[in-house]
Amino acid sequence: MKGNGNTLAALKRGQKGIISFVDASDPQVQRLMVLGLVEGAEVELAGSALGGDPMEFRLFGCGISLRQEQARHFTVSALEAGG
Amino acid sequence: MAKPAETRVSITDISVRRQPSASIAVVGSPNSGKSTLFNRLTGLRQRIGNYPGVTVERHIGTLKTDDRVVELIDLPGTHGLSAHSYEEQIAIDVLFGRMEGTQPPDAILAVVDATNLYQGLYLVQQLLELERPVVIALTMSDVARARGLDIDTDLLSEHLSGIDICSVVATTGEGINQLRNLLIDLAERPVPGPTSAWPELAAAAHELAESATVPLSIAEIERVLVDGATGANKHVLDCLGPDAATRVEHFRDDLFGLDPPLACEARVRYHWVREVLAEVQQKAPPFYSWRARIGTFLNRPVPGTIGLFLVMAIVFQAVFAWATPVMDLIDSGAAVLGSATSARLGDGAFSSLIADGIIAGVGSVLIFLPQIIILFLFIILLEDSGFLARAAYLMDRAMRAVGLSGQSIIPMISSFACAVPGIMATRVIPNRRDRIATILAAPFMTCSARLPVYALLIAAFVPATKVGFLNLQGLVLFGLYMFGIVGGVLTALLIRKTALRGPKPSFALMLPEFRRPNIQTVLMQLWGRARVFLYRAGTVIFAVAVLVWALAYYPRATDIDPLLTENEVAAAQLEQSWLGRAGKFVEPAFEPLGWDWRVSSAVIAGFPAREVVIAVMGTVYAVGDEADEATLSKRLRAATWPDGRAVFTLPMVIGLLIFYACCLQCAATLAVIRRETGGWRWPAFAWVYMTTIGYVGALLAFQLL
Repeated sequence: MKGNGNTLAALKRGQKGIISFVDASDPQVQRLMVLGLVEGAEVELAGSALGGDPMEFRLFGCGISLRQEQARHFTVSALEAGG
Repeated sequence: MAKPAETRVSITDISVRRQPSASIAVVGSPNSGKSTLFNRLTGLRQRIGNYPGVTVERHIGTLKTDDRVVELIDLPGTHGLSAHSYEEQIAIDVLFGRMEGTQPPDAILAVVDATNLYQGLYLVQQLLELERPVVIALTMSDVARARGLDIDTDLLSEHLSGIDICSVVATTGEGINQLRNLLIDLAERPVPGPTSAWPELAAAAHELAESATVPLSIAEIERVLVDGATGANKHVLDCLGPDAATRVEHFRDDLFGLDPPLACEARVRYHWVREVLAEVQQKAPPFYSWRARIGTFLNRPVPGTIGLFLVMAIVFQAVFAWATPVMDLIDSGAAVLGSATSARLGDGAFSSLIADGIIAGVGSVLIFLPQIIILFLFIILLEDSGFLARAAYLMDRAMRAVGLSGQSIIPMISSFACAVPGIMATRVIPNRRDRIATILAAPFMTCSARLPVYALLIAAFVPATKVGFLNLQGLVLFGLYMFGIVGGVLTALLIRKTALRGPKPSFALMLPEFRRPNIQTVLMQLWGRARVFLYRAGTVIFAVAVLVWALAYYPRATDIDPLLTENEVAAAQLEQSWLGRAGKFVEPAFEPLGWDWRVSSAVIAGFPAREVVIAVMGTVYAVGDEADEATLSKRLRAATWPDGRAVFTLPMVIGLLIFYACCLQCAATLAVIRRETGGWRWPAFAWVYMTTIGYVGALLAFQLL
């Protein structure tokens, strides 16, 4: 399994990050980019379902949920530690 | 050009009917408050119809002043002009004037959620390139204000080519009159230019447009540039002149390089949106409200999952408990009407057609209406409050295990009332493979038409003994519900591993904040769905009722022993009717299952609509019209083969229950599968597959138990 590294999948609840790179080769990822998950966007992890997957993110005040494996396509620089 | 079928919901003013001077498309992302605003603007001046050839509903309303009428078309929600689901495709086809039977709109009302300008402005940029007058309605302005979001609409308008922006609150009516005034002459207003987001793309589109043989908006040409010449875009490419393909390729290389074009578009457009937002929108301070608190609480995995199951338990309780009194009322109403009709019209074919065919047949549909209305009411409330999206999110992991995604949970839940609306609810599933797998799993869910069959057989043949603190009858009923769920899940798994093998379904879902549903919108949706159910199922079942009646009535025998009771005469007539003959003809096929010709003919009669089986059994076992279920179950227990063996033994009953749990005996479901999948292939497969499983299951139960 691919590691979470410094991707969206590694954010903790309440933690924010700015997307710095998107691995856009997958059409499903391109669809997420159309929904606003692009480089430069600030994202916060709001919660997750049982087992930590799928995850719910806040993006400019609106909720968007994606699976961990999709979240791994988005590299982020974390802004602050969550708890 | 085919004219779409339309039914008028209401006419408020029939004397002053003028042709609308313009049509305005209402466009917005899902959850932008679009439908609530549409209802607020048009009130009851709406028509609901279908786009020809597709099952997505078309809502058209009118807006008028003293001397003008304009028409509003409420389009399905879409995030942008590249389609990712069936519904989005329809919205885009209408906007581009590609939808048969629908004129391209003259102007556009863009609905943008004030609390979600980020995504809203992505769509607005693309709408400005359609080269039609545009006005923006900023919905949920009250929520935005409460959150401390301060939006400078004048400055925003400057960034959007100077178009009008109107802040509204659809629930209270704030700003609605101002918006009406803007809409009434919108079509005559100047066409705005594109935003400054991506001048290179607009310039390329303009250059290509110069050689176009028909007028094309730059938005259409941009779709060819970004999405490529696929599907409907091919037609646009053909209109761009002889060497268009090479020129488009050249522009694509310049604009996108090696990056995926759609990713490029998202990057560029959202970059522009962020810059605009930084200028026009004050950043909101931390925001606390009861909605946000519930949301935060339910974001935790365990409370969220428990909450979901609790809500579903309440819904099922309501569907079965609240509907019963009304269902009993309809049942006895139909019985009274039926016997009154036969009393008045006397004996004869016509009287029998009205009483046994039409009243009993249509009554058997109407009886499910209360359950369906209650279930729909809950589903609409859950959907409008933002709960269903959350259910899909919470259940995604479990659904993934069977090769589906969380989005399949909503159609599955709906199918417990009726598979027809359940299958229609699959339209939001973007991937076609997932959608078809969900459509094939949906009819396995125990629908309200299976319930009376289960109830009859269980009451008659399963002893009411206690198993621990549980009742055995209740346990068997629960087991049948579980059997349906497992059957559906295994079917989905099987089909995703074989015919519909493909990459794992994606899952991306917008999770709206919890909000209070708007009563008017809920009631209008409820009426729309109830009407569609009554019309569609009603027409099919009506035809079936007449057909089954005719098969059971003709040919008439004249040499029946006059000493027999009325009920025995009816049974003898049935035995030599076409239906009885068919039952005898297929008896050898069903004998290994332990069914005699009577059961077989009832089962055959039930193929178009499974609930018919009870009415037919009532007649076959010679109980007559006044049959209530207690007498029918007594008769079933007394039924024997010619050699005196009982027909309804426990293994045979278990087999019959399994058969009903599986078999796809519902013409309405088959028709809706055909419409939604666009051909007979999948309904035919579903029918053969489910009937085979039912037959084999019943055979194994009878032979092995």
